[in-house]
Amino acid sequence: MNDIAIPKPDTAPVVFERSPGYWQTVGRRFMRDKVALGAALVVLTLLFLAVFGPMITPVDPYESSMLKRLKPIGFEGHPLGTDELGRDMLSRLMVGARLSLFMGITPVICAFVLGSLIGITAGYAGGVTNSVMMRTIDVFYAFPSVLLAIALSGALGAGITNSLISLTIVFIPPIARVAESVTTQIRNRDFVDAARASGANAFTIVRVHVLGNVLGPIFVYATSLIAVSMILASGLSFLGLGVKPPEPEWGLMLNTLRTAIYVQPWIAALPGVMIFITSIAFNLLADGLRSAMEIKQ
Amino acid sequence: MNTMVHSDLGGPAQPLLSVRGLVKHFPLKKDVLGRGGGVVRAVDGIDFDVFKGETLGVVGESGCGKSTTARLLMQLITPDRGEMVFDGQTVGSSALPLKQFRRQTQMVFQDSYASLNPRLTMEDSIAFAPQVHGVPHREAVERARDLLARVGLEPRRFAERYPHELSGGQRQRVNIARALALQSRLIILDEAVSALDKSVEAQVLNLLLDLKEEFGLTYVFISHDLNVVRYMSDRVMVMYLGQVAEIGDSETLFEQPAHPYTRALLSSIPSMDPDKRTEEPPLAGDPPNPINPPPGCRFHTRCVHAQDVCSQRMPMLAPVASGQVAACWMQVAGSGHSDAPELKEAA
Amino acid sequence: MFGFLIRRVIYTLPIMLGVALVCFALVHLSPGDPLVSILPADASAELQQQLIELYGFNRSYPEQFASWIWRAVQGDLGTSIASGRAVTEEVFRAVTNTLRLAVLATLIGFVFGCLFGFVAGYFQGSWLDKAASLTSVLGVSVPHYWLGMVLVIIFSSILMWLPPGGAGPGGSGDWAWDWEHVKHMILPAITMSVIPMGIIARTVRALVAEILAQEFIVGLRAKGLTDVGVFLHVVKNAAPTALAVMGLQLGYLLGGSILIETVFSWPGTGFLLNSAIFQRDLPLLQGTILVLAMFFVVLNLVVDVIQTLLDPRIAR
Repeated sequence: MNDIAIPKPDTAPVVFERSPGYWQTVGRRFMRDKVALGAALVVLTLLFLAVFGPMITPVDPYESSMLKRLKPIGFEGHPLGTDELGRDMLSRLMVGARLSLFMGITPVICAFVLGSLIGITAGYAGGVTNSVMMRTIDVFYAFPSVLLAIALSGALGAGITNSLISLTIVFIPPIARVAESVTTQIRNRDFVDAARASGANAFTIVRVHVLGNVLGPIFVYATSLIAVSMILASGLSFLGLGVKPPEPEWGLMLNTLRTAIYVQPWIAALPGVMIFITSIAFNLLADGLRSAMEIKQ
Repeated sequence: MNTMVHSDLGGPAQPLLSVRGLVKHFPLKKDVLGRGGGVVRAVDGIDFDVFKGETLGVVGESGCGKSTTARLLMQLITPDRGEMVFDGQTVGSSALPLKQFRRQTQMVFQDSYASLNPRLTMEDSIAFAPQVHGVPHREAVERARDLLARVGLEPRRFAERYPHELSGGQRQRVNIARALALQSRLIILDEAVSALDKSVEAQVLNLLLDLKEEFGLTYVFISHDLNVVRYMSDRVMVMYLGQVAEIGDSETLFEQPAHPYTRALLSSIPSMDPDKRTEEPPLAGDPPNPINPPPGCRFHTRCVHAQDVCSQRMPMLAPVASGQVAACWMQVAGSGHSDAPELKEAA
Repeated sequence: MFGFLIRRVIYTLPIMLGVALVCFALVHLSPGDPLVSILPADASAELQQQLIELYGFNRSYPEQFASWIWRAVQGDLGTSIASGRAVTEEVFRAVTNTLRLAVLATLIGFVFGCLFGFVAGYFQGSWLDKAASLTSVLGVSVPHYWLGMVLVIIFSSILMWLPPGGAGPGGSGDWAWDWEHVKHMILPAITMSVIPMGIIARTVRALVAEILAQEFIVGLRAKGLTDVGVFLHVVKNAAPTALAVMGLQLGYLLGGSILIETVFSWPGTGFLLNSAIFQRDLPLLQGTILVLAMFFVVLNLVVDVIQTLLDPRIAR
């Protein structure tokens, strides 16, 4: 017997109309921005180098040779020349990407987390809590960032961890300020009042209503700090306060190659070119992101 | 699901909400030399009741304290003094903790866009409050869709939309749906229709009336638009400079206003009837500043009938012949005002 | 408005105290013996003890902090462990040198930044705008110490037009405004000016674009205001913010000059800071950081005050 089930009319699936979410709109807008896309591509390449660099170097970046010191660009076997200890520049630049990017990005991520925590708490709590927290932050904000970074590094001593700590501390105040400012604006909007009126506690309100509206702008601001962080991190290594030799890091390489500017000026300048490119790419990326997110839907 | 239904405690005679002596002052910052300071007496001692199933309209000019009162009623701001009793239970006491009270009272704000989280869909916005009170997500969303349908927005078209995609009137309907999500008994409407176009306003008002019938709601309807208040309200409360000037049955108050302020306010409505032309001079001057209210009766500086007693003592709400209560020395026997009725000799 | 200004000034005081506290804490955070730079390894315990007492390292931290602050307010920042000279003297000599550089750099950055920014904002969307904007992005992105190196390579090593470093004959103490000395300033000043130029260009561009977009500009033109008139109007409205940014950039340059001064061996505060760190010269380090930070705080204050005076709306 064939049992043909007759479908009831109202069991047809109901499709709810929806529009693309916020992030999809941002993504689409971003895709249309050629400059930002280009920058994103560069950043991705650099990140790729950072992760896989050490595995794909043509020559061992640590292998030094007193005979092959400071050979020029285009030298046989060393397309970008060699440094003051005879090590291959190309390989060192590639491997340097890892440390340089790590030192630049990590403090910003840490500062983003900590700064947001401080700023959002201060912004939502308001009143005395806000004043106390923000005045403390202001004291640190009263230092020019380079000075603070160097003073902290000088105090803590050289080394990767110490540099990461000091840079994180340098970036927490600006991020906290932005977080506080944005959170205070959101907190005063009626929908937060409506959420309070529904009996929710502070954590739930922050989680459901505040975070979604606040993390975006803070994130965009944080991305604009990455380029600065990179330059500062490399700068610390340049001064001898950051990464220690023989690790390849672009800022450190600039330092050790300084004496070579009279012998092989262009080799001496190479690591800085990498820093420059990275910095431009992150800045353009941050700009593109800001444009994509800024226009109110 | 019975956990969400709130039971009537005291029967129809007991007011749903009783407010006594509510006070809220906002301090002004002093500058470093000690100048400035002082307080904004936004709400300075108000008493009123809201009865079950009625719509209490609240009117007054800017600065009279209507919006502050709304927020005080919702406990979004904590009062400095005063007591609120909801259906016989003191708000904030162990019998009725704040979170429970919040299930019973909800508010619809004026700015329909600012009252919705731009990042949440309509159904998520509505479903938030029930979830806070323990309703599981799926069920809360179902209820949200149901409510959307009840306020006239087809769930299929609107549930998963974002605030910026809806018009002002549609958003306000969502706000109303949200206010109903907890099956509250008292809804405070703070200038809920003031920002809407007139045609949309009419639709929303009628929706409010239908919902009130269907769910047995009680409204506090705050507005500066006297015609709308008259249309919507059973009783009306007139506020001036943080205090209550007059409360009474809507029609009586509009036909026979007792307080001079009410009279002046009503006369500022342009009359549509050529036989009933405006006779009393409309209110003169700007709305006063609640920082330094005048002594005695606060209205005496703008009152046509002011006399010495008015600047000396503050009048209390007293019954008036036509049935309202009004705070005016002209209504109180033996007050010293020349228009006051004679004190009846005690027998 | 005066109330606002007075409040602003008074508000700075706790900040200054906080800054001093942070300076003190920073320096005393550092591990390692502060006297290691001048004590020979075989110094007697007695000598060590003497020096410790002389510098006050044996007292409790709050005591040290209090006495340091007290003396600092009177102008005495202690004695440098490495050089034996008064810290105040060293710091102020270095500050003067850095100021010369920083002021020049800020002026260059301001002039060109305004130029680029104005052009970009006025001709918004055109190729001029894109070119000017590109320049300012480059300016903001460049690692300035690297740029310094490149300039040294080009102008010193290859072209040999300008000296690679130092502050001229006579060391850091002897300055005169002659070519012999000024030629040492050119490269570092240009290097230093690049980042402020980028930032000022961006700010001015945004300002100009915003002002021009306002509706009353159309009204002014309709009334017959010429281009020159509009230009002056834009300048008047953009000036307060632009000047404020310039002031802040000066502050950053003062505090952040260390990298460039290292590249050019310019005997300024950055250089001093560098040697103080590597020689672990605590009094010098403390004093230098304090002076630089205070400069920045005061500069911020001055900028705020001037902005408020120029644009009273801010006070409200």
